Amino acid sequence: MRMIRALVPGLLLWLLVGLVPSAQAQTPGQDPAGQALLEALDTRSYADKGEAIAALVASGDERTRRWLEALLAGKLQRQEDTGRFIVVLENRGRHWPVVDALSFEAAGEMSRRELDRIGINNALRGQLQSTLAVLDLRVDDVGARREAARELLGNIEAAMLPPLQALVADEADGEVKRLLAQAIAIHRLEQGDAAAVEGLAGSLNPEARAALSAAARSDDAALAEAASGALADIEQKLKLNRGVETLYFGLSLGSVLVLAAIGLAITFGVMGVINMAHGELMMLGAYTTWGMQQLLPGQPGLALILAIPAGFLVAALAGIAIERSVIQFLKGRPLETLLATFGVSLILQQLVRTLISPLNRTVVSPEWMSGSLMINEGLSLTLNRLFVLGFALLVFAGLMLVMRRTRLGLEVRAVTQNRAMARSMGIRATRVDILTFALGSGVAGLAGVALSQLTNVGPNLGQNYIIDSFMVVVFGGVGNLWGTLVAGLSLGVINQVLEPWAGAVLAKILVLVFIILFIQKRPRGLFPQKGRAAEG
Amino acid sequence: MLASRSWLSRPLHERSTRLFLGVLIAALAVVSLLNLALPAGHPLHVSTYTVTLLGKYLCYALLAVAVDLVWGYLGILSLGHGAFFALGGYAMGMYLMRQIGDRGVYGDPVLPDFMVFLDWQSLPWYWHGFDMAWFALLTVLLAPGLLALVFGFLAFRSRVTGVYLSIITQALTFALMLAFFRNEMGFGGNNGLTDFKELLGFDLTADATRLWLFLATGMALALGYVLCRAIVASKLGRVCVATRDAEARTRFLGYRVERFQLFVFVVSAMLAGVAGALYVPQVGIINPGEFSPIFSIEIVLWVALGGRGTLYGAVIGALLVNYAKTVFTGVMPEAWLFALGGLFVLVTVLLPKGIAGLLAYRRPRRADPDPSTTPGEASA
Repeated sequence: MRMIRALVPGLLLWLLVGLVPSAQAQTPGQDPAGQALLEALDTRSYADKGEAIAALVASGDERTRRWLEALLAGKLQRQEDTGRFIVVLENRGRHWPVVDALSFEAAGEMSRRELDRIGINNALRGQLQSTLAVLDLRVDDVGARREAARELLGNIEAAMLPPLQALVADEADGEVKRLLAQAIAIHRLEQGDAAAVEGLAGSLNPEARAALSAAARSDDAALAEAASGALADIEQKLKLNRGVETLYFGLSLGSVLVLAAIGLAITFGVMGVINMAHGELMMLGAYTTWGMQQLLPGQPGLALILAIPAGFLVAALAGIAIERSVIQFLKGRPLETLLATFGVSLILQQLVRTLISPLNRTVVSPEWMSGSLMINEGLSLTLNRLFVLGFALLVFAGLMLVMRRTRLGLEVRAVTQNRAMARSMGIRATRVDILTFALGSGVAGLAGVALSQLTNVGPNLGQNYIIDSFMVVVFGGVGNLWGTLVAGLSLGVINQVLEPWAGAVLAKILVLVFIILFIQKRPRGLFPQKGRAAEG
Repeated sequence: MLASRSWLSRPLHERSTRLFLGVLIAALAVVSLLNLALPAGHPLHVSTYTVTLLGKYLCYALLAVAVDLVWGYLGILSLGHGAFFALGGYAMGMYLMRQIGDRGVYGDPVLPDFMVFLDWQSLPWYWHGFDMAWFALLTVLLAPGLLALVFGFLAFRSRVTGVYLSIITQALTFALMLAFFRNEMGFGGNNGLTDFKELLGFDLTADATRLWLFLATGMALALGYVLCRAIVASKLGRVCVATRDAEARTRFLGYRVERFQLFVFVVSAMLAGVAGALYVPQVGIINPGEFSPIFSIEIVLWVALGGRGTLYGAVIGALLVNYAKTVFTGVMPEAWLFALGGLFVLVTVLLPKGIAGLLAYRRPRRADPDPSTTPGEASA
């Protein structure tokens, strides 16, 4: 890849500029053209070196890029005795491995004493960097071109303008074109051209903003006014961006809360059971993801996808075990259930500590989940959070479907509303209890799978979420899935809105206090159950 | 006046209270005797370390009594009593910090070490007054009491009960834990308050001080027990039990349920605060860990194991669980959480009435004397 990137600009230049010297890679000593180009670089005057670099680019030699890179890194050197140009591969120690600068064939090791470096100064460094960027602009790969164009923002020399403008005209990709136009506009603005402000209006690049704010302080009144106008516009846009970002982080946090709380909402709302081990069921889901990845090394994506049903199953089975062994004996005693399930949670935590490790395990994110979605220069959304948000909504929709459209959902709702009546209508309430608990626990497992992509997987994973998820359920109103969704997302957003203003810990405290006060006002949450079912 | 004396002293005529006080005082006497009278090498000698450990257990026992008062007799499962305990502890800790004076590492006559470390120039306003013992002791009662008053007023007025109340008390202590972890709060952050030197002029490391602290804790437990007994045996206590069993019905009978709940809740919080205040000089440190929700749930387990709604059961439970904890964490630390978790499950499923329930089962049941028929009550 790197080879191609290095070769292509030379070829393109060769076609574009039309200078056709017979400068192909040749054996050392048989390449007078290349030798001459490099000779020109070895001069005391930095101005001459600058011209030599320009000549190098103009020559269209395909080795230009490698030479320039070596020069920039200080690795283009000359053997004192023979006058042979070489490129140092690694300049550590006394003897450096080198390659011939013309043929790029290995030339053994040379002592640092016998070598002369071709020095550069800061001005040349800038010229080299922008020259390399222009070279990069001629590659075929659009991504690389964008990268190169971004590199040019605020780094343009006057000498580069003509070739750049030619490039802008030829450029096919809109994004590259826009970036180049901005880079040129920044340059013009720095030269005091008020008309360039227009080209930067609404741009979110830090470089554009820096240039504009510099211009806004200039003595030229017209320029300063135009620049500060554009700047104010940009600030406005940035504010909006930050708002969107906060909202996104809030929704992301909220989606985690929803995932954690929604299983709880089912068991709590439907069965009146306080499952303090809910967090540990999430932990089991997260560990299932980790286990899957251990089973399928090298395929984190497949493992993650398989972990979704596996995590659900593991947590659901654990849930059934808890229901059969503990909860069924505590019918109608919610406070005792709370204590017993807390005991279960301690046991599960310690079990994981003893069997696996007390240390955190890393779960790898598959490639398609890492990285981020770039909306504009000021705003990019991390993909894993986006996936989790989508996953949370999917799980929610799935649960809604189960509750509204299936036989199980119907029976669950019937048992919730009036257990005795439902039983006399022939619904096997015990079976419904088991299935409900399995469903709630399974959803906790799903939450754990999702969480494994966002945080460390460790024995304390569940504990960190249990209080928050109870808050969500209580805030939303018990027995109401919509309430859980609204409560989870809004608590997430509230938390994120408060955070920059109050700090993470204080924001959390404020949210807790807010909920405590809210409960006083509306003891049954945002969406209270109505009718007879409400007086449990 | 006469009525109030009979109200407070009535428990002293109960058989169970006399038994409890007798056992407690005997135990205190025996431990002191074994500590003082026997030489250090003697097999029956109780070392000062053990005395302090027992003192710690007694603090927990008082805390458990406070929790049992609200849970056993009022039906309020507070998962946040650790917060009141810790607040009392912090009040005491602040007093002890001020007592250090210029003997701290940095030798600042006024500022505690951690403030010097954080480069604070002056004492925050809420640290003033803690150089006076009476003020600190008042705060030990008032800080948890006020918090319970405000929190309880809001919660009971809007009839937040049952599971909801449990969850928001848990949120309360969780929020306080997060707050106290912050250095900016001025309570020593993560490290809390420690490195105490003396209490009321007595050296905290001296054996005699340790024994006195142990005895004081025992006395506090005795007084707290009698107070709680007096409350639950009074007419007010009867209303509490009625509230526990049928809140709506009690309300319809014309009782302002929330006032009873609030009163008992505040008393319980203050008792927890006292327990915390006695705990800190014996353990030598108070940090935000005491606010952690797990600690609060553990307290509830002590009560559940001992048997709720008996008071003495809470004491038994606290002593047993904490003794087991000391043994387990010393011998096989990994097994402790298994044991604790298993205890939670076993007690709730198999022993809903706790150890006290077992004791009552072995004894032929006798009806308790009904307090509402005694003459003193009728005139109240």
